[in-house]
Amino acid sequence: MDTMPETKTRKTEARAAQPQDGPAPQPSQKSDAERLEGFEREQLRKMMWDMLLARRFEEKAAESYALGKIGGFCHLYIGQEAVAVGAIHALRDDDYVMTAYREHVHALQKGVSANAVMAELYGRADGCSGGKGGSMHMFGADVNYLGGHGIVGGQIPLALGVAWKIKYKKEDRVMQVYCGEAAVNQGAFHESLNMAALWKLPLVLIVENNRFGMGTAWERAASLYDIWQKASAYAMPSAVADGMDVLDCYRVAKEAHDRARAGEGPTLIEARTYRYVGHSMSDPVSGVYRTKEDVEKEKANDPISIFAGLLARNDILSQQELEEMDAEVKRISEESAEFAENSPEPALDQVYTDIYSTEDVNGRLYFDMRDR
Amino acid sequence: MAVITYREALNAALAEEMERDPDVFLMGEEVGVYNGAYKVSKGLLDRFGEMRVVDTPITELGFAGLGVGAAMTGIRPVIEFMTWNFAILAFDQIFNSAAKLRSMSAGQFKMPITFRGPTGAALQLAAQHSQSLESQVAHYPGIKVVVPGTPADAKGLLKASIRDDDPVAFFEGEMLYNLKGEVPDDDDLVIPLGVADLKREGGDVSIITHGKMVHTALQAAAQLEKDGIQADVLDLRTLRPLDTDAILATVAKTNRVVLVEEGWPYGGITATVAALIQEEAFDHLDAPVLRLTQADVPMPYAKGLERAVKPTAELLIEKVNRVLYR
Repeated sequence: MDTMPETKTRKTEARAAQPQDGPAPQPSQKSDAERLEGFEREQLRKMMWDMLLARRFEEKAAESYALGKIGGFCHLYIGQEAVAVGAIHALRDDDYVMTAYREHVHALQKGVSANAVMAELYGRADGCSGGKGGSMHMFGADVNYLGGHGIVGGQIPLALGVAWKIKYKKEDRVMQVYCGEAAVNQGAFHESLNMAALWKLPLVLIVENNRFGMGTAWERAASLYDIWQKASAYAMPSAVADGMDVLDCYRVAKEAHDRARAGEGPTLIEARTYRYVGHSMSDPVSGVYRTKEDVEKEKANDPISIFAGLLARNDILSQQELEEMDAEVKRISEESAEFAENSPEPALDQVYTDIYSTEDVNGRLYFDMRDR
Repeated sequence: MAVITYREALNAALAEEMERDPDVFLMGEEVGVYNGAYKVSKGLLDRFGEMRVVDTPITELGFAGLGVGAAMTGIRPVIEFMTWNFAILAFDQIFNSAAKLRSMSAGQFKMPITFRGPTGAALQLAAQHSQSLESQVAHYPGIKVVVPGTPADAKGLLKASIRDDDPVAFFEGEMLYNLKGEVPDDDDLVIPLGVADLKREGGDVSIITHGKMVHTALQAAAQLEKDGIQADVLDLRTLRPLDTDAILATVAKTNRVVLVEEGWPYGGITATVAALIQEEAFDHLDAPVLRLTQADVPMPYAKGLERAVKPTAELLIEKVNRVLYR
């Protein structure tokens, strides 16, 4: 395998598919100084702020869902915040982000406002997709947030195409795309990895391995446990990130971005994380596929508590400052719900808009645009 | 006016649009070094280079999705499927991404992509390679569907499709690539989408069809003329947007209609057009609307069976005689 591109990033031992002991993410063994090296104080505080906003915002969304103010499917990211917050901090504003349907935090982190995300959840006119997308289809073209896709794995070929565009237009940009671990079994994942590596496209694919595809444990769905190993089939560099450590997610992503910008092609990152909530709001937190005790045990790894402890120990953010920060993001979350509540429903004359680039071709665009 | 083949017309359209707009690129299986499985892309790799004429692995879902992602961020892909039969593997990206991204994002993204390739039965290629899938694709709002029947239409409609800011599914007749026809000497020949073309004028009966079946209809019309029957042959050319005005005009003129398509009857284009006519032009009809389609079975291989399944001019003449009560 002397032609295999190597990565400096830590890898773990390959493991065959069998139930694994304990959490998949390996808590960082580094000293505090090593973990904090190279980060500015303000950036660290901002990462904390972003993770806290993500958590409080989604808790508010869950509350609104329970009250019937949000409909349909609503997949929360609670427990996984370190992945998107860390990896998107390692991007530039003109880089692109795309993900699947567990996407509220990715949208927020890429720069879609809390008001626009909440209004979209409420199905209102001021939502980031005008109320036409909902929880699974949020977009922010102005901040290079490309959605919000509902078919497992379907976003990966799209991201491949954005990476192709970057190469075609000779741009200095990176396409960062996310999928859940269950998407790794889709053909779209493998087809995309092959072409991304074949053409050395600036694609960074982050697999958020939260260990369950809905209610199916990863080891019951995959013959090979270690997702990072899949990259070797495509002669692509890969890495494992501790998905409960925002700084590890940042570092691993940054290394991949640097490689992409240098024209060295794509990277596959397996971020080992855990979801503290059900697959969607309509699913139980625990039950037939995992116990309540399992979930409670994993909460010892809470990415926000771990990071708060690190920052407090190193005099970067005191407990009191953390509480003030928490109050601020709670207020923003509350205000976003008020904003959504007060935003109008989309006008019914919007039904036939945004389907085609022009609404009338030679007198009639639709076969069926009749009064009902 | 030059006489060229349908294949040459498509090749000229691609070359002219790639010349005109550096953001247009062609991607698909065998389009480059091999010059295209049906030679539609002959010479384009030499002329435009390998970033713009891209040979892909056999990976339809992947490269169709690649095209959609490239289109949503601002370039203009032409994605060739070796045949539309293979595009079935890519339908998730065509239906769930290309057709829906503008709507789901409330208009934040345009989708200037053309998916193209041959459709319809050729000769003895059996069930998986002998399908007309345009009615299935036309089912989805958000996508445009174009089915040219002549070299001039092939050129003008492909140029319009490439320039369009919406996703276009462009169905070429597999049996039409060698068909010759007059094409205006105009490197800016653009035929607007959504406009049907009356390929033949007659006042007794309307035959409404598209694609390869235009020629079956013209053949039947020539035969009927010998019996003193004059048929309108309306070529829809675009199935979405559908030129309903042209359909209703010919119905109002002749009061008798036979609809023809190469594909299956169930949920087909003819079913949709028949529904339109009975809803909008019932009082104009002097006879029930009849349809001629492929038999409702997967295409068999044996020559005789295949012939029995396909729509033919003879069968069409029978249908015309029925709507004329002859």
